[in-house]
Amino acid sequence: MYKILKAEHLVGKDFLMVVEAPYVAKKCEPGQFMIARLGELGERIPFTIADYDREAGTITIVFQVVGASTEKMSHLKTGDEFTDIVGPLGKPSDLIATPIEELKKTSIIFIAGGVGAAPVYPQVKWLHEHGVEADVILGARNKDLLIMEDDLRKVAANVYVCTDDGSYGDKGVVTDILKKLVNEQGKHYDKCIAIGPVIMMKFACLTTKALNIPTVVSMNPIMIDGTGMCGACRLIVGDEVKFACVDGPEFDGHLVDFDLAMKRQRQYTDEEHRALLELEEGATHSGGCEADKR
Amino acid sequence: MDAMKRVPVREQDPKVRATNFDEVCLGYNDEEAKAEAERCLNCKNPRCVGGCPVSIHIPDFIQKVKAGDIKGAADVIALSSALPAVCGRVCPQETQCEGVCVRGIKGEPVAIGKLERYVADWARENNYVAAKPGTPNGKRVAVVGSGPSGLTCAGDLAKLGYDVTIFEAFHQAGGVLSYGIPEFRLPKDRVVQPEIENVKKLGVKIVTDVVIGRSLTVDDLLKEEGFDAVFIGSGAGLPKFMSIPGETANGCYSANEFLTRNNLMKAFRSDSDTPIKVGKKVVVVGGGNVAMDAARTALRLGAEVHIVYRRSEAELPARREEVHHAMEEGIHFDLLQNPVEILTDENDWVKGVKIQRMELGEPDASGRRKPVPIPGDVYELDCDMVIMSLGTSPNPLIKSTTEGLDTNKHGCIIAKEENGETTKQGVYAGGDAVTGAATVILAMGAGKAAAKGIDEYLSNK
Repeated sequence: MYKILKAEHLVGKDFLMVVEAPYVAKKCEPGQFMIARLGELGERIPFTIADYDREAGTITIVFQVVGASTEKMSHLKTGDEFTDIVGPLGKPSDLIATPIEELKKTSIIFIAGGVGAAPVYPQVKWLHEHGVEADVILGARNKDLLIMEDDLRKVAANVYVCTDDGSYGDKGVVTDILKKLVNEQGKHYDKCIAIGPVIMMKFACLTTKALNIPTVVSMNPIMIDGTGMCGACRLIVGDEVKFACVDGPEFDGHLVDFDLAMKRQRQYTDEEHRALLELEEGATHSGGCEADKR
Repeated sequence: MDAMKRVPVREQDPKVRATNFDEVCLGYNDEEAKAEAERCLNCKNPRCVGGCPVSIHIPDFIQKVKAGDIKGAADVIALSSALPAVCGRVCPQETQCEGVCVRGIKGEPVAIGKLERYVADWARENNYVAAKPGTPNGKRVAVVGSGPSGLTCAGDLAKLGYDVTIFEAFHQAGGVLSYGIPEFRLPKDRVVQPEIENVKKLGVKIVTDVVIGRSLTVDDLLKEEGFDAVFIGSGAGLPKFMSIPGETANGCYSANEFLTRNNLMKAFRSDSDTPIKVGKKVVVVGGGNVAMDAARTALRLGAEVHIVYRRSEAELPARREEVHHAMEEGIHFDLLQNPVEILTDENDWVKGVKIQRMELGEPDASGRRKPVPIPGDVYELDCDMVIMSLGTSPNPLIKSTTEGLDTNKHGCIIAKEENGETTKQGVYAGGDAVTGAATVILAMGAGKAAAKGIDEYLSNK
């Protein structure tokens, strides 16, 4: 069993957890993910690792409630346990294998959308620890849905915040900020790492392509085993079929077929919806207090 | 009774079993087993033993069954096999022990597999554990993967006194026995888990949720974790696809995904959190055992199922028994047909398959007549789900993270057949990771050979 050492409600449907997972904590690098399972009949759910502490043997995940399983997870408290945690899975970010001297000469911009701020954080932190300062564009729908701003400010050179409704930071979407930085403020970037909802990554890549900035994205499709066995996570990258779990999760964003990825992501929407409804109704019938908590 | 004919084994009625996940074959009862055992000629030179990849002393155990000493029969089998209840169910006996049975020359061979199953089931129901752990010798061996080869290697080494730890990537032990072979052919709680428990009773430790190559590397096991040798039995888990248009459409699955959702994640149960889609009409592409498993699973989940295979019935690589069962249950066999495109609707969901009809031409490298397209003979088969069952290849994860471990051009680990020795000192391998996708019993044979190889290596070290 894998004990939860901290369970925190961040904002909206976003939650943070620090979990005991010594094997994962010992080996994981920025960019990798892990799979968690709750209960003997629980499903295997992939999460990008948001932070890790090798000495304490813990990892941090940030997740958004999107279905029945993440809904159940959101009710877990400090001291509760996951049935299974396995990882690290996938390849580490390319940054890790790049010589530090080379990275120091590279101007890097991260684009983090919504809950995507969580997987961006360990990469920016890792760069910072290696003497490389990167810029971050942090976007959310509104002020209340913004996460990890303070954490990112501690490790990034500049953090540019924007919200769709202008309730905090600049009004607009992440691509507006990027265009402004490059076109109006004369910023130059050699590399972009964009992580967030698929639709955001799609538009971020359209923008960086126009601006001629090589871009890496992190894909988080439906998967079961996370080790290359099921093929549920297949994507088209360039002309090739790739498995996000073993060939990724990071890919050249200018080659990913995002439209296909979005369609595949919706494959189980009906089932997820039904399961979530059942769970919510069940909770309401048991006294209604579950619904109030949310 | 006609001695030329075997005692028939009772099965669930095809119409009934097509709607449930209970085991198809019901096995022999005491009288039936005894009657079938009577048919064994107890040959002086038993060819069946040579036909068995793990060399079970077949006539010996059958004589014990004949004498009513089932415990004695279990002891005989335990000398050679750690998973008799599994093997009695999924081994291709017809091409192994039973294929060379002298009884088979004039009549039907002795039903060795069904007798093995009977003995193993008796032992389990009577809580009899035949194998005993050896005296500890203080040496530690790590086994990668808890499938048939890993369990066999671990069991054999434990019997020799080794301290063995199995590392399993999934949350549950068993490998293909857990994620691949369906409940109706190999019950998980009733058959697979108890056999794994028996291996644990020999002192073998099983650590789940550890992916070797990620959580730990083979070198970590040897250098940091203090193991004296490593056996790699990581199987062949990577699914193949056809590379035809439409294959990434929603509703197109690998057989691995479809079966894993069902078998390991129990998606067929309403209380499982893992969802599964089942179409009204499902096309399964391929003709092997895995294709039969996927087809029969989809049928049980309520679909009309078509197996589409490019050669003819005679070339179906699946066991005859599986093909026979599938036909009885009402699976359609669309033979000499090959998909060329998966057709999709406006939402990118599968709506059909474009199929090319084939005919058999000249024999190819495999000795089988090569299927060639009949020009212009293409049609569209409506369906709302496609399951690709075209075989699997070994996972490159261990190879790519282990220096000095060589693989061949198919990604299979190079290992000596007689003792499992790889190109890296102290590292042994066997099963599908070495051969590519094969059978449970061949993997067990390889696990056995490697246990012997590891014992020789560590005894001389």
